[in-house]
Amino acid sequence: MSIDSNYSDPRFAVDRPALIARLREVLPSNALLVEDEELRPYECDGLTAFRELPLIVALPENEAQAQAILKVCHQLKVPLVPRGAATGLSGGAMPHRDGVVVSLARLKKIIRLDPVSRTAVVQPGVRNLAVSEAAAPFNLYYAPDPSSQIACTIGGNVAENSGGVHCLKYGLTVHNVLRVRGITAEGEIAEFGNAALDAPGYDLLALMNGSEGLLALITEVTVKLTPKPELAQVVLASFDDVTKAGDAVASIIAAGIIPAGLEMMDKKATHAVEPYVNAGYDMNAEAILLCESDGTPEEVAEEIGRMKAVLEKSGASEIRVSQNEAERLKFWAGRKAAFPAVGRVTPDYLCMDGTIPRKRLAEMLNAIADLSQKYGLRCANVFHAGDGNLHPLIMYDANQPGEMERAAAFGGEILELSVAFGGTITGEHGVGVEKINVMAAQFSLAEISAFHRLKAAFDERGLLNPGKGIPTLARCREYTQTRAGAALTAPRF
Amino acid sequence: MDSLIKDWTGRVFDAVETGRKLCLRGGGSKVFYGGAEQGELLDLSVNRGIVAYEPTELVVTVRAGTPLAELQAVLAGKGQCLAFEPPHFGAAATVGGMLAAGLSGPRRQAVGAVRDFVLGVKLLDGKGEVLSFGGQVMKNVAGYDVPRLIAGSLGTLGIVLEVSLKVLPLPVAEKSLRFAMNEADALDKLNQWGGKPLPISACAWSDGALTLRLSGAAAAVAAAERSLGGEALAEADAFWASVREQTHAFFAAEVVGEAVGTAAEKTQEQAPLWRLSVPSTAPVLRLGPTLIEWGGALRWLRGGDPAVIRAAAEKASGHATLFRADAALKASAGVFQPLSAPLARIHRNLKNAFDPHGVFNHGRLYPDF
Repeated sequence: MSIDSNYSDPRFAVDRPALIARLREVLPSNALLVEDEELRPYECDGLTAFRELPLIVALPENEAQAQAILKVCHQLKVPLVPRGAATGLSGGAMPHRDGVVVSLARLKKIIRLDPVSRTAVVQPGVRNLAVSEAAAPFNLYYAPDPSSQIACTIGGNVAENSGGVHCLKYGLTVHNVLRVRGITAEGEIAEFGNAALDAPGYDLLALMNGSEGLLALITEVTVKLTPKPELAQVVLASFDDVTKAGDAVASIIAAGIIPAGLEMMDKKATHAVEPYVNAGYDMNAEAILLCESDGTPEEVAEEIGRMKAVLEKSGASEIRVSQNEAERLKFWAGRKAAFPAVGRVTPDYLCMDGTIPRKRLAEMLNAIADLSQKYGLRCANVFHAGDGNLHPLIMYDANQPGEMERAAAFGGEILELSVAFGGTITGEHGVGVEKINVMAAQFSLAEISAFHRLKAAFDERGLLNPGKGIPTLARCREYTQTRAGAALTAPRF
Repeated sequence: MDSLIKDWTGRVFDAVETGRKLCLRGGGSKVFYGGAEQGELLDLSVNRGIVAYEPTELVVTVRAGTPLAELQAVLAGKGQCLAFEPPHFGAAATVGGMLAAGLSGPRRQAVGAVRDFVLGVKLLDGKGEVLSFGGQVMKNVAGYDVPRLIAGSLGTLGIVLEVSLKVLPLPVAEKSLRFAMNEADALDKLNQWGGKPLPISACAWSDGALTLRLSGAAAAVAAAERSLGGEALAEADAFWASVREQTHAFFAAEVVGEAVGTAAEKTQEQAPLWRLSVPSTAPVLRLGPTLIEWGGALRWLRGGDPAVIRAAAEKASGHATLFRADAALKASAGVFQPLSAPLARIHRNLKNAFDPHGVFNHGRLYPDF
């Protein structure tokens, strides 16, 4: 796939030997990778279709080393790409050919965990799940739970404003982070937010969440810990029709219920998952819903009763309630393993991430089915139905000429449709390099310009993760012109 | 709204050309908060109405000049609410003013602040351009999160035309309990309870009494009430409204020994009100008469030496705002805790990015912009 034109930007005329010499002055020898075979493992993140070899990889062991790297790069005008566990799905950590990848893998200490104030101060390379594991003895946990939580890091979660299957009730990363400490492009230490619930001035902490590494390099994060609910139970409901399942989602919300999790999978997804994890899903169902309640035992009993009533009225063909924790985890295991399960039944897949108003779920599913026909590619659908976040998984084979391009075009149409339905091109995976062109479908030139000015307010020289997140104005114009032509032949829904 | 936008864009261009400043105001209920108003008044309260509201989407889009009470009545009619319980501080309060001030009420400790519920904004910037950021959906990471940046920016970044907010169902059941307790014990208890899965939705401690509110499913509220004990509070809604709107005796009363002179002078010299935002575990601060909210994370304070208060807030890893005070004290002490050098630079740059000619609400947030 084509790489952003920023990647051959003449602004970055970097003298590699001089850069290496300067970095060697401030870093121990094992903190710098310069040989091709050492750089190769860093050429992509979770979006493997986009690859680029970095100029250098730096692995700081502490904040002082990270700061030294930024100061050298600022002085020499060298781009930097921050990298956590590289589980990101939009290419946000894809290297810049003229830049330094700053891996935060060695900053993996939990600095402080305070059960009384219910906060943890962690370095950016700490894994999401490690925070909950450390908090477990105090009956606390870190609420955002992206499916990659075994591997993904808190620094990456902040950069992407990661969600998860429980964010309808417990919020996204932005709702669960109190403070981010970071280093500006100029090499200054800055604190966004603080140990209190708010901070003076503009809410820069909100900007840091989801900024995809474009505003500052994160060196420390204070997260909120949440008391573990006494009990959680999940309802597994089957539907013989996707429209009924989509309507059931709206009916649950209309009944005044905020489920702890509300997920939907279509038949293609359940059929990929079931042989892989034996979650016990109904293989005849056109769609299944997972609807979770948590709280005190009394509260859960009351809410599960209300959920069942709504699901029955919505025409569910089968309803099962998890009878114990093992069964609850089994029901969830299928949903959490959906991506790898689909990965087993196709050589390659492209994961989309649009969000739409809930009421248009069924309409979107039908549109995707039509597009699947049009492009001749299979698509399994996994939704965070409660908040309208879709993950269509478009299956293709990169070894078949033209399939990758067809998959990309298929995905592009889904994202444009998400915008047309009043939604967004990305709910939680980020823009990165993957969706940078489609940004023009959602934002005007004036809005994109405002984003560029905002970026410059933090990073005047544009050194932090250039070419990601926000497209150049030239790209936007090009996209708009190309799509105007394409729209004449596009199907109408 | 098109003619309004046209009119306001003209006002912005005029101000830019003539080098004047515009003072953006909704209902004027929060004029007391922040630095003094400067420049020509631009009345934003004329921009009214709910643009879209679908209860099953949990989202409402509303014009910024809409009275806050009007929006809340419409939501309540569908069994929903603004969960962060924003203070009005006057009948004229607007949704835009709520967003600009970024202030949240008692329920903030349980559900989050205004900024946590902002999904999208449409604003007119200082170049006269209409820009939309965010949207009407819960999860959206396309572009920087400008909507949340606008919350609490006191109108310094642009004229908010419309805002989309996440709404939640009203709690099914509520119960308020009161405990006789000194300040140190109250802080201990609040932090202990905070670590347990209890449905505590608000708290207020002052003058030897801790009041708690439980909200949620009927069964959960009843179970928590049994385990916590305490004495049931009658007229609970009125009590929480008095805390939220600062009509509670703590806020309304003059502090003995602080005010002297005639009645008019007394009003002038009423002890200033400080808002200290600190970690919930910060100890008793011993700075003067105190009212505690948000599980210990919000401390209201009457009177005191600004330098001592600011230093104490900073030592506790928090910050202090001079919430209500006369103009002279605000000018000398500053309303908001000063920013570190890198943050001050980023603030000026952001102001410049949205309002390059410095037209909007000069000095409301920090004196230099």
